[in-house]
Amino acid sequence: MHYTLQRFLQLIPILFGITFLSFLLMYLAGSDAVTEMYSNRGVEVAQEIINERKAKLGLDLPFFQQYLNWLWNMLHGNMGISYVTGEEVLSAFLRKLPATLMLTALSVLLTAVISLPCGILAAVRHDKPTDLFLRFLSFMGNAMPNFFVAMLLMEFLGIQLGILPVISGGVDFESALMPTMTLSIAMSAKYLRQVRSAVLEELNKDYVQGARARGISERVILWKNVMKASMLTIMTLLALSIGSLLGGTAIIESIFMWDGVGKMAVDAINMRDYPVIQAYVMWMALIYVGVNLVADLLYHHLDPRIRLGVSSK
Amino acid sequence: MNIKKEPTIRLQEIQTNRLNQKLYIFGGLALLLILCSFFSDYLTPYDPYLQDLSLAKAPPSSEHLLGTDRYGRDMLSRVIAGSKTSIFSTLLLVGFIATFGSLVGIICARVGKTFDTVLMRTADMFLAFPGLVFALAVAAVLGGGVHNAIFALAAISWPKYARLARSQTLAIESMPFIQAAKMAGSGPIKLIRTHILPNITGPILVTAMLDIGTMMMELAGLSFLGLGAKPPIPEWGSMMSDTRNLLPTQPWVTLAPGFAIFLSVMIFNLLGDTVRDYLDPKNRR
Amino acid sequence: MSELIRYEQVDISYKGQRIVHNINFSLNEGEIMGIVGESGSGKSSLLRAALKLLGRDGLVTRGDIYYKGQDLPDLSQKEMRRISGSEIGMIFQHAGGSFCPIRRVGEQLQEMMEAHGYLDKQENEQHACELLAKFGFDSPKRIIGSYPFELSGGMQQRVAVAAAMLLRPKLLLADEPTSALDVTVQKQVIEEMLLAREVFGTAIILVTHNMGVVKAMADKMLVMHQGEAVEQGMTSSIMKSPSSPYTKKLLAAMPKLRR
Repeated sequence: MHYTLQRFLQLIPILFGITFLSFLLMYLAGSDAVTEMYSNRGVEVAQEIINERKAKLGLDLPFFQQYLNWLWNMLHGNMGISYVTGEEVLSAFLRKLPATLMLTALSVLLTAVISLPCGILAAVRHDKPTDLFLRFLSFMGNAMPNFFVAMLLMEFLGIQLGILPVISGGVDFESALMPTMTLSIAMSAKYLRQVRSAVLEELNKDYVQGARARGISERVILWKNVMKASMLTIMTLLALSIGSLLGGTAIIESIFMWDGVGKMAVDAINMRDYPVIQAYVMWMALIYVGVNLVADLLYHHLDPRIRLGVSSK
Repeated sequence: MNIKKEPTIRLQEIQTNRLNQKLYIFGGLALLLILCSFFSDYLTPYDPYLQDLSLAKAPPSSEHLLGTDRYGRDMLSRVIAGSKTSIFSTLLLVGFIATFGSLVGIICARVGKTFDTVLMRTADMFLAFPGLVFALAVAAVLGGGVHNAIFALAAISWPKYARLARSQTLAIESMPFIQAAKMAGSGPIKLIRTHILPNITGPILVTAMLDIGTMMMELAGLSFLGLGAKPPIPEWGSMMSDTRNLLPTQPWVTLAPGFAIFLSVMIFNLLGDTVRDYLDPKNRR
Repeated sequence: MSELIRYEQVDISYKGQRIVHNINFSLNEGEIMGIVGESGSGKSSLLRAALKLLGRDGLVTRGDIYYKGQDLPDLSQKEMRRISGSEIGMIFQHAGGSFCPIRRVGEQLQEMMEAHGYLDKQENEQHACELLAKFGFDSPKRIIGSYPFELSGGMQQRVAVAAAMLLRPKLLLADEPTSALDVTVQKQVIEEMLLAREVFGTAIILVTHNMGVVKAMADKMLVMHQGEAVEQGMTSSIMKSPSSPYTKKLLAAMPKLRR
C-alpha cells in the first residue's frame, strides 16, 4: 500500500504539468480568442466590445491568476464553451468519448489477439523461418503510417472487394471494423516485437535451463513458467501502447468519419476552436496517465517479488 | 580404455558475420534517399508544379510512370519533389532533438540539484501526453506549416533524449575512470568532451537513427491533417490527404506518396537496426 | 561396479568456434569425479553437453557421450527429457536462478515429479518433505511453500541439491555448486552431496575451479586447460605428484589451511 500512496503522490506534479501545459498552450494561442470567436461566427465587432468581453471572461488578468481561475472552473466541470457551436465543451466531449473508447478497446483487443500468439510463436521459433516471417510482417507494419494503412484498407477491402463500408455510417460495429483494423495493424506490428522480446528474454533465463535439466517439457516450461513470468511485462506494455493508440485515433477517426473525440479535435483544429482542442489535449493526457497508473499498480500487485516486499537482485 | 571406432561427427551451420555487409547496403540506400532529396530539383522528369488540365487524372503510362493528379501534374515528379520536404525536414528534426535533448541531459547530470529536478520534471510533463496529441495541439496553435510542425514534434520528442543522455552520463560518471580523470585534474569541459561524449554517442545515435522513421511518419501525419506542409508544396502526407477523394477512381495518385513514405521509413529503420546491432558489443568478435 | 557414463573424443563448438577438444573419461556408479580448470576452459560446457543444454549456439561437433549405452547427443528431445531429472540430475552455480522466480518451490518440485509420471500430488508432497528432512531441513513444509527469492543463497543451493536428488538419479552433474557461497555454507553443500552418494549411491561429476573442493570430495579428477584435458587420474595421486605444469600451478595456488 505504501507503493500505491507513493505513486499517487507522484501523480500530483504530473497532473499539475498536464493542466499547466494545456492552459499555457491556449493562453499563447488565445490572445485574441475573443476576436476569433466573433470572426468564427461571422460577426464584425468594434474593439471596445472585444475588450469588454475579454474583461468579462477574465482574459485581462495576470497569467497565473487566469490559470488558477481556469483550473477552478475546470474542477467544477466547466471547460468553457465551443467557439463554433456554442455548446458546453465538457458535455460535447463526454458525448463523443464513448465512440473513441469503443474504437480504442476494439483495437487493443484485436491487437492482443494478433500479437500475443504471433509474438510468443516468434520467440519460441527464434531465428527459424516462422520467426523471420513474423518479424518481416512486423517490420512492414512498423514502416507504414496509419493513414496509409487506412487508405490501403479502403482501397482493397472497401473499393476493390467491397466487403466493408469505406466511410462509417454511425457508431456501430460494422463501421468500426475498418478503423479498428487500421489502428490494430500499426499497433500489432510494434507490440508483436515487444511480446517476442519479452518472451525471448525470459526464455534465455537460467531457470529455463534448470527446468529442462529437471526433465520438464517445453510446453510446461513455456506456459506455466515463462508465460507466467513474462505476462506482467506483456500486459504493462499493452497498457502503455494504449497511449500511442489514443494519439493515433485522431487521424483515423477523421479519415473514416468516426464520430469520436479524435475527429472532434481535428475539426476543432481546422476551425481554431481552442476550448475544444484544450479539452481534448487535457483529457487524453489524463486518460493516458490513468491507464499507466493502473497498469503500474497492477504490475506491482501481481509480482510476488514486489508484493512480498523482497527486492530482487 | 579402448577406443574402438571413429567418433561420431556432427555438423553445425557456420554463422557468418554479415553485419558489415548489411551496414554498407542499408547505409548506401539511405544515402541514396538523402541525395535524392537534396537533388530532387534535378531528378524530376517534369515540373512538379506544372498544371496541364488536358492531362488530368491520367493513369500510369510510359510518359507519366505514376500518372497525373487532378490538375494534370506528373505524380512521379511530385513524389520525387516531396522527398525534399519529407526527408530533409525529418533529418533536420531528428538532428535537432537529438542534439538539444542530449545537451539538456548532460547538463542536468553534471549540474544536478534544483536545475536537474526542474528540467527533468518538465520533461516528465511532456511525456505525460500520449503520442501525437500534444504535437497536434502545438501545431494547431502555431497554425500549421512545415516549420511549425517540426517545432511541434520537437517539443514532444526532446525529453526522450534528455532522459537517455542524463542516465548515460550519470552511469559513466560513477565509473572509476572518471574519478581518476577528475583527480588527475580534468576540467568539466574536457571531461565531457573526452570521456562523456564518446561514451554516450552510441546509444543516442542508435535512438536517433531508429527515430528517423517514426518522425517521418509523424511529420507526414501532421501534414495529412493539414498541420504541416500546405499544398501546392509537394509533401507526401499532404499529397495523400489532398488526393484522398481520388482513391475510388485513381488510387495510384493517392497511394504513390504512401509507398514513398513506406519505402523511406523502411530503409531508415533497417539502417537503424543494423547500426544498433553493429554497436552492440555482444555482436563484436 | 559398472560403468555409468563415458565421454569419447568429445569436441564442443560454440558459435562455430571449438571450445572443447578431445575429452575422454568414464565414470563408474557411485564415483565422484572433479573437473577443474580456469573459467572459460570449457568445463561447464562438458556437463551441459550431457543434457543437451548447450543452447542454440552450442553443439557437440564430434565424439560421443554414452550413458548406459545410449549416445546422449543423439537422443531426441523426448528421450532426453525422460532421462533429465530422473536418471541424471543437475545443479547450477546459482541455484536460485534454476527455479522460476515467481512460482513456489513446491509447485516446481511437483511439476518435476509430474513430468516423470508421478501424478499423485499428496504422495509427491510427502516424498519431497521426507527427502528435504533427510537432507537436514528442519521445516520442509516451509521450504516448499516459499518462493525461491525468499530463501538465502545457501538455502537455495541446498534445496537445489535436494531437488536434484528428488527422483534418485544415478548421476548428479554439479556445475560450480559452491562457487557463489560463503565458506561455511560451502561445507554444508559439500556434505550434502557426499550424503547423496552415501544414501543413494549417486555418482557425481563436479565442475569447479576450487581445488580444495575436489580434494575434499572427488575420487578421480580431470584438469582442463583451454578446452583440452592436460591431466587426469586418481585425485590422490595427482595431488601428490602432478605431472603437467598447469596442474602444478593450480595446486600451488590452492589455499592450504583447509580442515
